[in-house]
Amino acid sequence: MTTYLIRNAQILGGAPQDIHLVDGVFAAIGENLDVRADIELDATGLVALPGLVDLHTHLREPGREDAETVLTGTRSAAMGGYTAVHAMANTFPVADTAGVVEQVWRLGQEYGYCDVQPVGAVTVGLEGKQLAELGAMHDSAAGVRVFSDDGKCVDDAVIMRRALEYVKAFDGVVAQHAQEPRLTAGAQMNEGLVSGELGLGGWPAVAEESIIARDVLLAAHVGSRVHICHLSTAGSVEIVRWAKGKGWNVTAEVTPHHLLLTDELVRSYDPVYKVNPPLRTAADVEALRAALADGTIDAVATDHAPHPAEDKECEWAVAAMGMVGLETALSVVQQTMVDTGLLNWEGVADRMSHRPARIGRLAGHGRPISVGEPANLVLFDPAYRGVVNPETFATRSRNSPYRGMDLPGRVHATFLRGEATVLAGELVEH
Amino acid sequence: MKRHLVSAADLSRDDALLILDTAEELAQLSGRAVKKLPTLRGRTVVNLFFEDSTRTKTSFEVAEKRLSADVINFSAKGSSVSKGESLKDTALTLQAMGADAVVIRHHASGAAARLAGSDWLHGSVINAGDGTHEHPTQALLDAFTMRRHLNPGLGRDLAGRKVAIVGDILHSRVARSNVHLLTTLGAEVTFVAPPTLLPIGIETWPCQVSYDLDAVLPKVDAVMMLRVQRERMNAAFFPTEREYSRRYGLDGLRLATMPEHAIVMHPGPMVRGMEITADVADSPRCTVVEQVANGVSVRMAVLYLLLGGATMADAPRTTEALEAAQ
Repeated sequence: MTTYLIRNAQILGGAPQDIHLVDGVFAAIGENLDVRADIELDATGLVALPGLVDLHTHLREPGREDAETVLTGTRSAAMGGYTAVHAMANTFPVADTAGVVEQVWRLGQEYGYCDVQPVGAVTVGLEGKQLAELGAMHDSAAGVRVFSDDGKCVDDAVIMRRALEYVKAFDGVVAQHAQEPRLTAGAQMNEGLVSGELGLGGWPAVAEESIIARDVLLAAHVGSRVHICHLSTAGSVEIVRWAKGKGWNVTAEVTPHHLLLTDELVRSYDPVYKVNPPLRTAADVEALRAALADGTIDAVATDHAPHPAEDKECEWAVAAMGMVGLETALSVVQQTMVDTGLLNWEGVADRMSHRPARIGRLAGHGRPISVGEPANLVLFDPAYRGVVNPETFATRSRNSPYRGMDLPGRVHATFLRGEATVLAGELVEH
Repeated sequence: MKRHLVSAADLSRDDALLILDTAEELAQLSGRAVKKLPTLRGRTVVNLFFEDSTRTKTSFEVAEKRLSADVINFSAKGSSVSKGESLKDTALTLQAMGADAVVIRHHASGAAARLAGSDWLHGSVINAGDGTHEHPTQALLDAFTMRRHLNPGLGRDLAGRKVAIVGDILHSRVARSNVHLLTTLGAEVTFVAPPTLLPIGIETWPCQVSYDLDAVLPKVDAVMMLRVQRERMNAAFFPTEREYSRRYGLDGLRLATMPEHAIVMHPGPMVRGMEITADVADSPRCTVVEQVANGVSVRMAVLYLLLGGATMADAPRTTEALEAAQ
């Protein structure tokens, strides 16, 4: 196994130190280490963070390999500094059986760019009617702990209650896509001033908030834990803050795009801005940033949602919802949270690695950068400035809302258990 | 004026007056035995209709033919993606055929903006109604009709005129285009509707809002009744047709409370007995038929100004000048 010596890396933004990677773990950390390695890297000016963990990734395989595969998706993740991603269940077929989740998990292991932790569907076919075999998915080689019908809301209160209760048997968590379906029939964008002017069907904040309110109460009632996917409104933040104040076991994630973009962008009618939940208002963005800073929101999760060109080169109403995000997430977090002074690099490591790994119960990820720990690491250059060009992405799709934008920072290197997946900003072919 | 006409909000006061004045000149043609001008000879205009609309399509077609354009009707009914060719491929096809202008009617809000903002085709895009977003030539013909009745004369606007727009504002592209254009021309707009049929955020629009038709009517110079689709009832926007009609329909009794000079407008098609009773629809104060005739003149003006090569500043002021320009 290749050994690495990284010189002068700023661990969590601290003073420069050397890091020695041997046999998949951090062998030594300190100033001017006198050790030998196969490859020595100068990391002067680079911030070292624990390998990032994404709670919310759409890898599309099986079924929509024209949009993404486990291979292209994990290469994209590595380029974004990720060492583990949770693959959402809304594939074709749906990941609602042990067979499908094992297949996805094994592909991730085989390619070796990033650990793939499959998310299991809560209900058969994501139809919200009958519980999927949650226990079988947990007991499979994939060891599923996170269950979600993401893309659809588990809107039936009884099914949601049962799912929350049932997963307690194996310390699972239900990750809810909070969207009251009746209030969002025909919804195309955030319901507000802009939707009224544009004549596009509205997706009101209350459709998200009412489900979150119900689910935190349900989780408290049955003594289980619930995770809220892609929280997008100021009101949702208030409910989660209230629930956490009660001591209930509630966690929440926010996407990079909800930290940066607003529904004003929809005025272009360019479906690259079409996403679910939709882009909200500037006031929501501000509340989400504050909540991520104070820990009300636990994690940044990408909701990386690749789509082929034809599903976006069309009228708004028929376009697919979603944006790619793995390769820009850390840059967006730097711009919205670090450069604004809301979060330091230690905070970034907490929200993008430690806490998401803890929510997903991934033992080998989100660990501190200290001797003996698994060498999952990203070296990030925060001084870099560049224009986003999706044509250079490793993901198979190009539906990035950041095309042409100036974003700070870029991933210089990523290590998965001591092996480089990215070096000098390029994927390591293996 | 921009190369496209996608939204009435894109029109400045000068743009709007130029269109209305040009339409006024062109309207003189309809009284002649020979109604045709050679202005757009050799230019190709495509009517791209993804949605049935006999009246708008016919109006555009008459306008195009009176300007001697080569007219192609491209019917593409049905959802473009689920039932066949994409909007992009349709646009590329029209571009390859040499379309100088595309008049588009589409069920999706933003479809016209999407065409105009893309590099799929290079000609002018004229929005003939996109979903529940806008219908700018309807607003132009409405403003034209109002000006003729309320402040006739070239170069005049609608300053201080009070216009009530009544009905399903939420789903109305006519209301959206009208509020932009009428405000630009100085009119004071009031939307009248049950709260369920008004968009969220209406308080920020440049208009007044009322839930009470009877309180508004005595003060209006023009009232525009919008069609209310019966199926809205099923989505609980209002309880019954009769209740809607009682609270927001225009009947003879309500008409009598309006000032004598005030006109009744409707973009059509009317649902008689719902938002308007037959006696009001057929009364001499109702301008529905006049609006249709004016639609042709206004659409000719838009086509002429977008395609005729004239800039807004140097556009000819008379039909003689229009002819001489050839």
